[in-house]
Amino acid sequence: MILLNCPNCGQRNSLEFRYGGEYNPRPAKPLETSDAQWADYIYMRTNKSGVQKEWWYHRAGCGLWFLAERDTRSNEVMQTYLWEPAAKEVGD
Amino acid sequence: MNEFQEKLVHFTWPEPKKSYDVVIVGGGGHGLAAAYYLATRHGITNVAVLERNYIGGGNSGRNTTIIRANYGIPEAVRFYQHSLELYQTLEAETGRWIMHQEKGILWMAHSEIGMQQQKARAAINRAFGAKTEFLTPEEILKVCPEIDLTGGGVWPVVGGSYNTEAATARHDRVNWALAEGAMMRGVHVHQKTAVTGLLMEGNRVTGVQTDKGPISAGIVMSAVGGHVTSLAAMAGLRLPIRTHPLQAFVTNHYARTFHPIVASTNLLFYVSQTARGEMLMGAEIDPQPSYNYRSDHHFLQSCAFRATTLLPFLRDLRVLRQWTGVCDMSPDYSPIMGKTSVDGFYITTGWGTWGFKAIPASGEQMAQLIATGETPEMIAPFALSRFAEDRLMADRGSAGTH
Ligand SMILES: Cc1cc2nc3c(=O)[nH]c(=O)nc-3n(C[C@H](O)[C@H](O)[C@H](O)COP(=O)(O)OP(=O)(O)OC[C@H]3O[C@@H](n4cnc5c(N)ncnc54)[C@H](O)[C@@H]3O)c2cc1C
Ligand SMILES: [Zn+2]
Repeated sequence: MILLNCPNCGQRNSLEFRYGGEYNPRPAKPLETSDAQWADYIYMRTNKSGVQKEWWYHRAGCGLWFLAERDTRSNEVMQTYLWEPAAKEVGD
Repeated sequence: MNEFQEKLVHFTWPEPKKSYDVVIVGGGGHGLAAAYYLATRHGITNVAVLERNYIGGGNSGRNTTIIRANYGIPEAVRFYQHSLELYQTLEAETGRWIMHQEKGILWMAHSEIGMQQQKARAAINRAFGAKTEFLTPEEILKVCPEIDLTGGGVWPVVGGSYNTEAATARHDRVNWALAEGAMMRGVHVHQKTAVTGLLMEGNRVTGVQTDKGPISAGIVMSAVGGHVTSLAAMAGLRLPIRTHPLQAFVTNHYARTFHPIVASTNLLFYVSQTARGEMLMGAEIDPQPSYNYRSDHHFLQSCAFRATTLLPFLRDLRVLRQWTGVCDMSPDYSPIMGKTSVDGFYITTGWGTWGFKAIPASGEQMAQLIATGETPEMIAPFALSRFAEDRLMADRGSAGTH
């Protein structure tokens, strides 16, 4: 069982949540993004063996989407937090 | 042939050389089969298979061994039917008893739309060479009298597709037969040898770095199952693979014979009986990716609940063992085979939860690619380049769970 700490509701069994994929920010400048870069964004994954930053959705709870850092080798969740735009992702 | 007639397998473990024509990374079924077909079909034997653990210790020794060809797109039906046929003759070819047993697989439908899908599956299967028919509930009962056609009052069985040539084979014996056949002809298999890096010259792979030193190679082929992303990264490649655990379990011995393989498209479980009489069951992958081999109780409970809904006799059995493998899932639920954008670096991956049945055909086709340098027509549609071309081989409903 994986335990996840929902920033709203606290520690819960991961069965209450839906996994939302590895953190994979959308290309910031769509018109300047090449086909190859789009294909990479859509299909390719880092699929990390180690601590991965990823999305979770508290489906059977408060409905919040949030980020978690989980070690995919041990399933230990290091931390969970709300998404905030990084400085370089703002302003387009 | 039976167990008494069979001699022990003959493995030889030579010392590693500094250089091979071909280095295959990963001693699962796919790596061993490529080596076997290189040796038997092309006379290429200056080949090493490098396995970081022991051969068959990955998914090729953890799977539920279902061999079937009831896929949903033409290229896949043709490929899996070819693999199914190679399995039918593998015993005679290798002289090893792999316990191949034809059972037939039933895919239950529980709704009008599910029935239409199974009818379409039967039609496309027949069009491309696989022997699949559509069965009515009464016909299903003849194949599998244990089924509760009311589905516990919730999942009524309204029909199903039946791939009559579907089979099972003993996974370890398949791995061993291929390994032995390759070794007999001079192929080296090195266990406890992990590949830790790739030797590159510009855009060309020239060998591998291992925990026992470097080995140079004309061609390097990756067949490392769920661990493919990190191996490809050593060549600077990104892959569309997500590694998800898949679990399975067996019950104690069921005293009667249960002949077919039974699966449900809605309930997503499947079950067959092993040669020892145990009932072997599996279902869908864990929802989040992970490299963790731990099995969990939630899976056991939900899979057992669904299986007993259709097959109530399973309630009287007990769970003996449960285990997990980590699977290389592709986004379109089709395999990825062939060349990459890096010269001399070939891959076979995206085998997810369904690659045991593909071992002979993938091995044969990859061997042909290595021997000739030309991508065989049968696997060309499954090239890695399809993602950049936005040309998916979508077949989720057929890859299913096994
Ligand atoms: C529970 C379960 C049930 C399944 N049921 C079915 C089924 O019924 N039918 C079906 O068709 N398929 C099934 N599958 C899928 C099937 O088992 C796999 O697709 C298939 O075995 C993949 O074979 P492979 O040779 O590619 O990988 P593996 O057998 O996993 O072999 C890869 C090998 O590479 C080695 N390796 C990894 N990294 C390195 C490295 N850096 N250096 C050296 N060696 C390395 C590993 O140790 C491993 O031995 C199931 C899988 C699971 C987990
Ligand atoms: Zn919450």
